[in-house]
Amino acid sequence: MVLEELVQIKEQELASRKKFTLRCCLAAGCVSSNAQAVKDALDRAVKEAGLENEVEVRGVGCMRLCCEGPLVAVDPAEVLFEKVAPADCDALVATVKGVPSQLKQGDLTAPFFKHQLSIVLENCGLVDPDRIESYIAADGYLALRNVLREMTPQEVVQLVTRSGLRGRGGAGYPTGLKWATVAKTTSSRKFVICNADEGDPGAFMDRSVLESDPHRVIEGMIIAAYAVGADQGFIYVRAEYPLAIQRLQTAIRQAKQYGLLGSGVFESPFNFNIEIRIGAGAFVCGEETALMASIEGRRGQPRPRPPFPAESGLWGHPTLINNVETFANIPPIALKGGEWFAGIGTERSKGTKVFALAGKITNTGLIEVPMGTPLRTIVEEMGGGAPEGGQIKAVQTGGPSGGCIPASQLDTPVDYESLAKLGSIMGSGGMIVMDQTTNMVDVARFFMEFCMDESCGKCVPCRAGTVQMHHLLRKVMDRKATSRDLAKLEELCDMVKNTSLCGLGQTAPNPVLSTLRYFRNEYLELLQPAPKQPSAAAPATGIF
Amino acid sequence: MAAKTLTIDGQMVGAAEDQTILEAARDAGIHIPTLCHLEGVQDVGACRLCLVEVTGINKLLPACVTKVTEGWEVRTSSERLQRYRRMVVELLFAERNHVCAVCVANGHCELQNLAVSVGMDHVRFDYQHPRLDVDLSHRLFGMDHNRCVLCTRCVRTCWYIEGAGTLNVAGRGEKSKIITDLNAPWGDSTTCTSCGKCVMACPTGALFYRGVTVAEMERDRGHLEYIVTAREKKQWIV
Repeated sequence: MVLEELVQIKEQELASRKKFTLRCCLAAGCVSSNAQAVKDALDRAVKEAGLENEVEVRGVGCMRLCCEGPLVAVDPAEVLFEKVAPADCDALVATVKGVPSQLKQGDLTAPFFKHQLSIVLENCGLVDPDRIESYIAADGYLALRNVLREMTPQEVVQLVTRSGLRGRGGAGYPTGLKWATVAKTTSSRKFVICNADEGDPGAFMDRSVLESDPHRVIEGMIIAAYAVGADQGFIYVRAEYPLAIQRLQTAIRQAKQYGLLGSGVFESPFNFNIEIRIGAGAFVCGEETALMASIEGRRGQPRPRPPFPAESGLWGHPTLINNVETFANIPPIALKGGEWFAGIGTERSKGTKVFALAGKITNTGLIEVPMGTPLRTIVEEMGGGAPEGGQIKAVQTGGPSGGCIPASQLDTPVDYESLAKLGSIMGSGGMIVMDQTTNMVDVARFFMEFCMDESCGKCVPCRAGTVQMHHLLRKVMDRKATSRDLAKLEELCDMVKNTSLCGLGQTAPNPVLSTLRYFRNEYLELLQPAPKQPSAAAPATGIF
Repeated sequence: MAAKTLTIDGQMVGAAEDQTILEAARDAGIHIPTLCHLEGVQDVGACRLCLVEVTGINKLLPACVTKVTEGWEVRTSSERLQRYRRMVVELLFAERNHVCAVCVANGHCELQNLAVSVGMDHVRFDYQHPRLDVDLSHRLFGMDHNRCVLCTRCVRTCWYIEGAGTLNVAGRGEKSKIITDLNAPWGDSTTCTSCGKCVMACPTGALFYRGVTVAEMERDRGHLEYIVTAREKKQWIV
C-alpha cells in the first residue's frame, strides 16, 4: 500500500456512491431491537422498488439515540427515522422519491444532536464497519500514512504530548507522557495493548466505537506502535462483546490484506501485528496489570506497581497500554495537529469525551461533548431530563469506582479535576441518571455488591473489606443498623480505600463515600435508634 | 553495589540498593508485621500488613515489594497504620472459621501471633461463618479451608521452589479457594510430589501433617529460605 493506492481506493469508493443512502444502525443497541431484520427489509424494499441503482443501503455503527432504535438515516435528505420496523421499510424507501410517510422521525436539530462534537465518533453511523474501503473513503489510514512517511517516532510522541490528550480509561494519565516513557526504554521487544475490557455497569462507549469504527482504533494503535517502537499489539476485549470481536477480526484481516498491518506497513520498514485476546468475564482484568497477566495466560489478578507496564509489562517487556477511546483520538490528532486538539476542551482536560447516557433519562444513548460541558447541559438539555416529569436526583459517573453527583451540583463542568473535587471520577464514561424514586443507600449497596463479586481476592482489604461493607449496607437497608454500624462502615471505607492493592479496591468505597457526603440523611433515616440509656428511657420519676 | 541511606522511624538506616524497605528495616532491628511474606518465597504484596508511610508520597507502600530509595523518610507504625493493621487482622478473623481452641496450629500460628502483636483483642465485624471443606485425601497432608487466609505462600512455594505447580487459586473474591490441580482432591493429584514444602510455608493451621492434633503443628519455615539460598548462592547455611 502506498499513498496513490489509498487515494485510489477512496476515489473508487466515493465514485461508487449512489444518489441516496439509507444508513441502518447495526450496532448492538439497535441489533437488539431487530435492526438486522430492518436492514434486510430495506435491501428487499429497494430491490422491489427497482431503486438498486439509486439507493444504497449501508449497515453502519451507532447513531447515538439508542432509546429510539432501530435507527435509519436517509442521505442526502438528512432525515433520521426512529423505531423502524421491518414492515415500515417500503414506506421508508418511498420517501427518497418524495412520498410522504407517517414514520416516526427524529429531530436532528434537538440539543441531543446539536451539542455533540464528534471526534472519536466522527465516523460512527457513517462508515460501514465491515468494509475498510468505507473507512478509507472517510480519510481513514491517511493519518497513519503521513505519520509513517513524514514523521519520526519522537515527533509523533511530541504531537500527542502537545495535544494534551489524557487517558480515557478513567484515571486521565497524560497520554503523551506515557508514550514518551515507553519510547525511551531500550528493549528489543515492546508491546502495545488496547484495553477494551469495558466493564462498568451502564457503560457502552468502547463497545460502540469498536462496533462502529474498528479501523480507527487499529489505526491509532499502529501509530502508537510506531511512536514507541513496538512490533506486536493486543486488543483485550471482553467476551460479552461478540459483535465488537467479530468486527475487529474482520477489520484486522482487511488491514492485513491491504498491507496496513504485518511486515512493512505502508511499505515502510516498520512491522506491526495485532492479535485479539478475549477476556473471560472478570471485571478486574480491566486493571492493567491484571489484564497483562490474563494475556500472558495467567490468573487475571493485579500486582503492585511499580514496576509500571511502561517499564516492565507483558512478559517483562515495556508495554504501552491505552483504552479504546484514547486510541480512537489518535488518527484525528495526527491528521489535524496537536494544537487543533488542544484548542478543544478546558485548560487541563483537552478534547472531547464520549459518555453513555443511561438510567432515568428521556434520551438514552451515546454522546460526545467537549470537555468542560456542564453536567446540566448533558442531562437536562441533551438527555431531556428525567422521563414522565420526574426530578433528577443524582448523576452517577465512573461506575463502581465513581460517585453520585447530586442535582445541586449539576452546573459542574465535566473534566477530570472538577469531577474528582466532587468525590466522583470521570471514569470511562458511563453516566447513570437517577430520579427521586432512587434510594441512594441502595445505589451504594448495588455498587458494593458489584465490587464484592468482582474482587479478585488477592489482597485482604478488598476481598474481605468489600464483604463487610456490603454486609453493613444490607443491614442499613434492612433497617437493622445502628449509628455504630455506620461508623464502622465509614472506617472500613477509609481503610479499604487506602490499603487495597489495585484500583478496584482503592475506589470501591467511592459510591458509599459520595452518597454519604451528599445523601447522609437517607442513611440516617434507615438507622435503628441508638440503644436507649436507662436514664433517658425512664421518665424522671424520682431517680433524680 | 551502591548503598542507600534513608530514615526508618527516625532512625538512619543504610541499605543495599536492591533491598526492600522490609529487609532494610529488619536489618536495622525494626519490626514490620507481615503475613504473605516468607523468607525465600517470592513476594506479592497482598496482605497489606506491611504498608508503610513515606514522606511526600500520598499512597501507602507495601514494604515487602518496595525498593529503598535514597533520602526517604519511612514511618512503619503511625497510629493510622496500626489501626489499618488491626482491621486487616479483624477482617481475616471474620472471614473464615478461625477457632484457635481446636486448631492444630494453636500456639504456633502466625495469624494468632499477629492478633496479639497488633493488639486485636476482639473482632468488631460480623463473622461470615462460611461452610468450607477439609481435604484429607492426601496420605501425608491435610488442607482445612476454614483456617486458610489466602496468603498464597503455599502456591508460590509449590510453583517457584518445588516447581510442581500443583497448588493454585480458584474462584475470586470471598469465593477464592486454594485448589490442587484442576480442583481435584489432593490425594488424586498427579503433579504433587508430596514434598511438604507448602505445609512448611503455611502461616496457620490450614495445611498440616496428618496425625497431628490440637496445638501440635509446629513447622520449620526457615527450611524454605535454606533451600533457596542453597540453590541460588550455593551456600548451605543452616
